[in-house]
Amino acid sequence: MERVPILKIGDILLVSIQVDMSDQTAVALQEDLAERIVATGCHGVIIDITALDIVDSFVGRMLSTIASISRVLDAETVVVGMRPAVAITLVELGLSLNGIRTALNVERGMELIAIERADDDHDEPDDDPVPEPTASP
Amino acid sequence: MTSGVDLGRPQTQSVGSDEDVVRVRQLVRTAAVAVRLSLVDQTKVVTAASELARNTLVYGGGGTVEVTAIDNGRRPGIRIVFADSGPGIADLDLALTDGYTTGGGLGLGLSGARRLVDEFDIQTAPGQGTRITITKWSR
Repeated sequence: MERVPILKIGDILLVSIQVDMSDQTAVALQEDLAERIVATGCHGVIIDITALDIVDSFVGRMLSTIASISRVLDAETVVVGMRPAVAITLVELGLSLNGIRTALNVERGMELIAIERADDDHDEPDDDPVPEPTASP
Repeated sequence: MTSGVDLGRPQTQSVGSDEDVVRVRQLVRTAAVAVRLSLVDQTKVVTAASELARNTLVYGGGGTVEVTAIDNGRRPGIRIVFADSGPGIADLDLALTDGYTTGGGLGLGLSGARRLVDEFDIQTAPGQGTRITITKWSR
């Protein structure tokens, strides 16, 4: 079985998926990433899917699971490089990738993680902002 | 049920492992490029094939996938048949509902694949296996 390499760049783990993954490879990546997050103490994970010409429900679920696992381990996940045709197909398939942050490319992804970390240092997590009270007439 | 004339001999891939699902994707991709589907349509039909080939493996206990280039006189297309001799599907309407799964997946395989193609035909009965035929036409 092929394994997807995980690179450490500063405080970020970078995964660039370059192969058409079998389901087993996708599951192994989930486990490898969780171990590397803990081993390195990294606070950000970037998954580059530029080379993927499809994302089906299995890979979509893998991306959601990685994002959830990372969050529990105090790391942010950003998926970058989704091709337009892949985005169109995902939506039609019915997959909304809930809970996954996306950015256009690796650079933007790194910026997003840096901003997230800076915000976290200043205030409490604000994933669920309280809706502004509407002014009554 | 599918209209159109076969343009060539069907290509067959047996599905007995994860790696075979990857091979099905590659086979369908090559055929989709050959009949000149647009990039978006290639992506849709390969994604649908990936979902259905996985179903053949996981629910059908393995089977075969047959890919054929076809032509209906006005435009070319691609037809793919997924066949297994597994347990079959007892309640088809339920199986085609978004989010319904018996296998712990997302429940988007069948229903999602149907949305991604132009024609979708399924023949199944308990104990009789499952045979799904999909068609995608070039625009």
